[in-house]
Amino acid sequence: MISSPKNPKKRSVEIQKIPILKIRDYLIVPIQIDLDDLSASRLQQDILKKIDATGARGVIIDISVVEMVDSYLGRILGETARMSALMDAAVVISGMQPAVAITLIELGLQLSEIYTALNLESAIDLIENLLNGKKHA
Amino acid sequence: MPEGSSPDREIIEIREERDIVICRQACREWAKSIGFNLVDQTRITTSASELARNIHDYAGFGEVIIEEVENSNGRRGIKITFTDRGPGIPNVEVAMNEGWTTKGSMGMGLPGAKKLMDDFYITSKVGEGTTVIIWKWLPF
Repeated sequence: MISSPKNPKKRSVEIQKIPILKIRDYLIVPIQIDLDDLSASRLQQDILKKIDATGARGVIIDISVVEMVDSYLGRILGETARMSALMDAAVVISGMQPAVAITLIELGLQLSEIYTALNLESAIDLIENLLNGKKHA
Repeated sequence: MPEGSSPDREIIEIREERDIVICRQACREWAKSIGFNLVDQTRITTSASELARNIHDYAGFGEVIIEEVENSNGRRGIKITFTDRGPGIPNVEVAMNEGWTTKGSMGMGLPGAKKLMDDFYITSKVGEGTTVIIWKWLPF
């Protein structure tokens, strides 16, 4: 039985920059590619720079099309949340797929210190609540 | 097809950091075409990513072989072999503990990959290199 994928020779990875969009006083970062390690750590720096440049007080990282989070990407996401917190910006991770959540926990990775939301819409609600709460505090 | 590859196996060389992505995408495709469900595909892909990264981080170069296999009970599955000629691991038993790392990472690669897969084999010799093999079997 031949079940191997076709054209394995054509495998390649393109370097792409992840857009960081500013809406109101927060940033939206849709990760829509399979991030290599270098691009992931570059994205982390880009987010922090953008917080600095725009004064954004929140960041939504949407991973709804991300098919895998391994220990490296998990660590980058956790670190980004903690670094952003030091710069007074809250981070919400949105849209994690069930298979990714299962695998992350089985792998032993705890992302317990991160805000999460089921989808982008709930992430926006959450971040606006967080920011309003802060304003009135 | 790369040299040494055949319809039921594929060889991927790990030479640079982006080969980790190529490796895990290939493993995902194989897992999918063998018939694994989405959660198992993700477990296999994630394990492959951890082990390919180990090759890149510790040895610099290495090779990954992805195969469709069948065990003695006729159960089909995927077997992925990660081989390098890097520095080797002085104490494999210690390296299998979560948090063991010499690279400032989280030390989850080996124990994590083991937890996510059905079968796991590792052999390593200092100065010669390391081979890790992982298997996942389709449910009957």
